[in-house]
Parts: sequence; C-alpha cells; structure tokens
Amino acid sequence: MAGVLFELREIGLSRGGRPVLESVSAEFPEGATAVVGPSGSGKSTLLRLLNRLVDPGRGTISYRGRSLLEYDPLALRREVALVPQLPALLDGTVESNLRYAAGLAGRELDAQRCLSLAGLGPAFAERDVGELSVGERQRAMLARALSQEPRVLLLDEPTSALDQAARDEVEATLARLRRELEISLVVVSHDPEQARRLADRALRLEGGQVVASGSLEEALA
Amino acid sequence: MNASIDVSLGQVAAALALVALAAAISFWRRADLERDIAEAAIRSFVQLTAIGYAIELIFEADTIWLVLVLLATMVLFGAITARGRARRVPGAFWPLLVALTAAGATTLGLVVALDIFEPTPRYLVPVGGMVIGNAMTAAAVALNRLGDEVADSRARIEGTLALGATAREAAAPTVRRALRSGTIALIDSTKTTGLIFFPGTMVGMLLAGAEPADAVRLQLILLYALLGSVSIAALVATGLAYRNFFTPAQQLRELDVH
Repeated sequence: MAGVLFELREIGLSRGGRPVLESVSAEFPEGATAVVGPSGSGKSTLLRLLNRLVDPGRGTISYRGRSLLEYDPLALRREVALVPQLPALLDGTVESNLRYAAGLAGRELDAQRCLSLAGLGPAFAERDVGELSVGERQRAMLARALSQEPRVLLLDEPTSALDQAARDEVEATLARLRRELEISLVVVSHDPEQARRLADRALRLEGGQVVASGSLEEALA
Repeated sequence: MNASIDVSLGQVAAALALVALAAAISFWRRADLERDIAEAAIRSFVQLTAIGYAIELIFEADTIWLVLVLLATMVLFGAITARGRARRVPGAFWPLLVALTAAGATTLGLVVALDIFEPTPRYLVPVGGMVIGNAMTAAAVALNRLGDEVADSRARIEGTLALGATAREAAAPTVRRALRSGTIALIDSTKTTGLIFFPGTMVGMLLAGAEPADAVRLQLILLYALLGSVSIAALVATGLAYRNFFTPAQQLRELDVH
C-alpha cells in the first residue's frame, strides 16, 4: 500500500471575494495522481497549494503526515517541485537556469543528465532560453526542476503548448522519471485521456469542488 | 559667490506673456491644456512666494531646527506625492519616506562633513530642497517601474519561488531593473549637461552676475551630490518596497492594486 503524500481537509480559498476552491478534501498517495476538470475549476490553484505558493483560507493540508505549515516553505519547494504551465525561465542559457536551481537546492549539477531526463539533447545546455520554442521551454523547466532532485513533481498542464509528437515525448519522459527515479507526480490536465496515460488515480474538480476521486475508472467515468 | 540681482514684480508679470503664449498654442491646437497651464502658473506663483517668505524667515532666525522642520516637511510631502505615482506598489508610503529621509540625511551630512558647505540655513535649505526633490522623482520612477515589472513578471517570480528561492532572490532581477530606471535619467542628463542644456543652478548664478567658473564649480558639486542622493533614494525605496509584494512564507501576494 502506497503511503499518503498529501492530505487535504475541507480546503476553501477565495480570490477577490469569489470562491476558487470550496470544501475540497482529498488524498494524494505516492505514485501518480491526475487532477482533471474544465478550465477555471481550480486545478492550478490546488497544485500551488501543495508547495505553499499559496495558502488556503480554510482547512488543513498535510504532507507525509505533517502539516504543511510545519515545513520550511523553501525546503518544501525543493522537495516538492512545481513546473508551472507558463514557461518562466530566467534570462540566460538553459544551463545557467539549471545551475541556479541546483545551487538553491544545494545539489551538484549534472546538466547532461537533467537535460536527457527531460528529453533534451546535450546541445541545449548552451542555448539561450530566449531562442527556445515553447515546447523546448517546457522541457527546460522540467530539466530545471529535476536538477533539484525533488521527490514529488507538481506539473501544471505539462503538454498544453505542445503538438502531438512533442506531447508523446514529454509523456514518455514522465513515465520514465517515475520508473527510474521513483518520483511521485501530481499532474494537472484538462484532458482525461492524458490522465489515463500518465496517472494511476485521479481527482475531478468542477467549480472548485471535488466531484469524483479515486481510481481512474471511478474518477473519470 | 555673493552675487545678487534685483528682480521686480513687474519683470515677473512681463514673463507671464510666455505663459499666455503657451495657453494660446494649447487653445489654437486644441490640446485642452489651458486650465492646466493657468493652474501651473498660479500654483507656482503662490507656492514659490510662500516658500520664499519661509526661507527668508529661516535665514533671519538662523537656527538649524527650523531648517530641519522645513526639510522634514519636504520629505513628508515628497513621500506623499511619490506614493501617488507608485499605485501598483502596496504600502509604498513608508519605503518612500525612509528613502527620502536617508537620501537627504546622507547627502547633506556628507557635504557638511566633507567641508563642502557650511552647516548654515543659507546652504542647507536650497541644497536640501534640491536633493529631496530629485530623490523624490527617482524613488517615484523606481517604484512605478517596480510595480509594473512585478505585474508583468508574476509568472517568472513565482516560478523562481517554486524552486525554493527566497522572495529577495526571486525579486532580484525586477528590483535591479527598477533601481536602474530610477537613476538612469539623472545619469543621462549629467552626461549631457553643458552640451544639450544648462542646469538650473548655473543659469541662476550666471543671471545673478556670478563668475562663470564659480557657477560651473557650484553646479558640479550639486550634480555630484544629486547622483549620490538619487542612487540612495532608489536603492532604499526599491529595497524596502519589494518586500510588500510577498508574504512571510515567501509567497507572491495576490494583489488588486490599481
């Protein structure tokens, strides 16, 4: 039986007076969990709660049995790495981005390994991030997160900007990461088919509320 | 440097012809600035006349305390004015107040300590006013830019926080650009001074009958002092204000500041 990574209890969050999440209770076990739902259903906000980029207005979240509030947020974010939907690299080369992230986490950088895990060739190390396509940036973001050697990856629509070939490549990369590094994934996707390909379990949100959760069959029915 | 010149109210009134010209151009080209031009002319007359009397009182009293009260008032109004231009920065008033105080105190302290000027009202009042005014502009420009930069770079800042960077680390590129924009205007105008325009002190001294060499030297002292003070103001204002965008848990705040 896989251990529980995240446990959310009665989470509520409002922005500008409008509820974004309401009474969300859910468990994320080790392995891969997909968060699906239409746009505006609160998926990205839920993801950002998990590494404390935002705190809930109500309710509690725990990670590995301890309240998130007990963790140093900086250390938590290096262990639970978020790859946001919008590529947000720093100016410079791909390698300088990787080096920055690895330095923050106190890791030795093996740039070639991180690039290769993210499906990028060795030549990408010296590329300026301004010259990359959106798909390449998304993979560079993934490589940057991997340079911190996280235990959990939070992925926000990791293939939203990609064509089908690139999407298949990133999905294969994520499957390989799970196998080779035993990293747990929480993947936000608007596409139930992608959830089936990437995850073992799913949580379906609509209008900020959980409408289904559990096995893929249960949650995506 | 004891040149003096008598200017009559009649001469001032004659200069209003140029204000009338400005209003006429606005009216002719439908720029709709006549009211603003009139307000500017009247306000400048009232404000400068009032400050003229205040300075005369302070010179006559010849006490440092009145100078400090005047400069503190300028810092206060400077911070309030600059806050109006930094609307996208939450809680901008205190960073601005501290920045203008630091810029004024450090610059005046140094020019007195280095024996450039005597610590008397005749020097401290005009130099202080100039220093605080320029510091206000620099701090306002820097914070205005900071607010825009943070709004435009939210994804990048949050992406950096997500790596476990501190707020200070995540905001560093943004703060750097804001600091540059606060100081670059004065640096550029200092580079071209004498070539493209004559700065105000030099013009004033030449008109008052001073020797050109004296006018140039005094102008250089003031330009150098201003470079220092605007840098301090922009540094302190941006260095304090960026913190207001973040929570103690190193999160980028959701803001509805307009």
